[in-house]
Amino acid sequence: MTLLSVKNLSVEFPTTDGLVQAVNDVSFDINAGETLAIVGESGSGKTVTNLAIMGLIPKKTAHVSGKVLFESAAGQVDLLSIDKEELRNYRGQDIAMIFQDPMSSLHPFFTIGDQIIEAHQIHNKVDTKVSRNRAIELLELVGIQGAASRINSFPHQFSGGMRQRAMIAMALVNNPSLLIADEPTTALDVTVQAQIIKLLQDLQKEFKMSMILITHDMGVVAGAANRVNVMYAGRIIESAGVNELYSNPRMPYTQGLLASVPRMDRPHTARLETIPGQPPSLIALPQGCSFSPRCSQKSNVSGNRCETEMPELTERAAEHSARCFIGENL
Amino acid sequence: MLLVVSFAVYVIFAFLPFDPAALTCGKNCNDPGIIEANRHRLGYDLPFFTQYFLFLKGLFFGRTFGEGAALINCPAPSLGYSFQQHACVTNLIGEALPVTLSLAIGALFMWIVLGVGLGILAARFRGGLADRLSTVFVLVGTSLPTFLTGLLLLVFVVIKWKLIPFPEGNYVPFLENPFQWIQILFLPWLTLAFAYAALYTRFVRSSVIETSNEDYIRTARAKGLTESVILGKHTLRAALAPIVTMAGLDFAGLLGGAILTESVFNLPGLGRLAIKAVTDIDLPIIVATTLLAAFIVITMNLIVDILYAFIDPRVRVA
Repeated sequence: MTLLSVKNLSVEFPTTDGLVQAVNDVSFDINAGETLAIVGESGSGKTVTNLAIMGLIPKKTAHVSGKVLFESAAGQVDLLSIDKEELRNYRGQDIAMIFQDPMSSLHPFFTIGDQIIEAHQIHNKVDTKVSRNRAIELLELVGIQGAASRINSFPHQFSGGMRQRAMIAMALVNNPSLLIADEPTTALDVTVQAQIIKLLQDLQKEFKMSMILITHDMGVVAGAANRVNVMYAGRIIESAGVNELYSNPRMPYTQGLLASVPRMDRPHTARLETIPGQPPSLIALPQGCSFSPRCSQKSNVSGNRCETEMPELTERAAEHSARCFIGENL
Repeated sequence: MLLVVSFAVYVIFAFLPFDPAALTCGKNCNDPGIIEANRHRLGYDLPFFTQYFLFLKGLFFGRTFGEGAALINCPAPSLGYSFQQHACVTNLIGEALPVTLSLAIGALFMWIVLGVGLGILAARFRGGLADRLSTVFVLVGTSLPTFLTGLLLLVFVVIKWKLIPFPEGNYVPFLENPFQWIQILFLPWLTLAFAYAALYTRFVRSSVIETSNEDYIRTARAKGLTESVILGKHTLRAALAPIVTMAGLDFAGLLGGAILTESVFNLPGLGRLAIKAVTDIDLPIIVATTLLAAFIVITMNLIVDILYAFIDPRVRVA
């Protein structure tokens, strides 16, 4: 069953220098219980895509177009077209979000408990005591030792990993059907990163929820995701099941990303592969394929099609589509 | 800290090229006998450190000047004796402090309400009409000096437009006649509040806007909170914390004497006492008012620090 269906989502930010095309005609589906990873470099549009899903992009500063169809208990709704008050009911209740830096994402003046209780109280007309017990229950679930007393701690009294655990507890307090995790491990120590990802996977099974995992860590993706969307310069450039993508990447950019991951089966003296150049400016995207200026394989395409024409995202194999002229007509 | 300030003040005044004893006996007094007698009565003939010690001792145990029939007793805390006003300095300050306190408290209340309110409005409707009007207000408020604001208010609001009755009579304590107290102080409050409110509007506006961009505000929105709860609880709590520090210190500064406002409105407060003392070279009063101002600033700093610990849990020492 499709839980969330994003159709032709575009987000543009008008600036004094010109229009920033942060997200460009992005479409994808996510099924119930599935983990979808969105990977890409900084500025590829992965965070903006998800903020748009949550309606967290201020209308004043951006043009958001397209559809975000969400399957809720009350039927299908387009999160982009419903009014603000209605959207609030979905936020934190059906769709929850955790962010990159748990230190700055938690309010420094309120206790962890207050913040989780608040999240529960918004969507449940229950006694504060009930919410408090729920908060303790969740803090225990995410592995906070002595949750009953730590609930009164302030964020600055927690370690980085504990803060992210608390954020996760807060996100899950209303049993959401979709959790959006925006680079949940980027601000954490490497050892803690693995724990948090493991925790998210376990909780996902327990809560039977779908998850969108935004990351630029291909290692995290391999372990945690069912399907992967690779984004580049605001577009999805490849989409496939995780095993298919790792074993058979079609798009030169994806190949480059995978080659840049350190691997145990390569000699430790070997240098890591890099992708030459830098991501393009979102104000002045290159003609043709956005990746063409950095692409090492564009000579394999006849003429200079890569520099003049944007390839379509087309199906290459079962559940595998890519945006590249190479292998298009196979 | 206070000891350092008191010593510094005392040193400065002890080595000023004025002879305090000569000053005690009036302008056309050049009878060396009287001067010497006064010098002895006020203790100015003693060595410097003895004088300073007697001053400190007076603070705690009171002090007597002169002897015999001309004995003057200033009970503790004694800040000295003003020969020109023929009164213990402590009594003079005791009369002036409530006036300044009334002035400062009323003005503080007004400018906090006005400044914080306008600042929040301007931030909430950024770029809108409220924001633009507040910008004008900030510009006018910060550029007009208080003596001009005070006079303009007097001329237009009271005399020309007769919006409020003319503040007749002299200052009366609140407990004696609260209505007259308000009537007398309303304009001075407005005058002071005007300048401060402008500063606070600007500060609150930028503080609220800055806080609105914090990640934890985005988290609050992602939870599904309403905009009013986000602003009223999450944003303001963090945005207004620095206001406590600012208000505390500004309040302390005012208590030291709002010299211009007190002069314009003829209020017998600390500022006017100090100004009069300076023009008369009434040294004991100058020493005392300076010390009092320092004392107030130090105390308010302490209070602000304690308050801040209540507001911001990160400041609390484990």
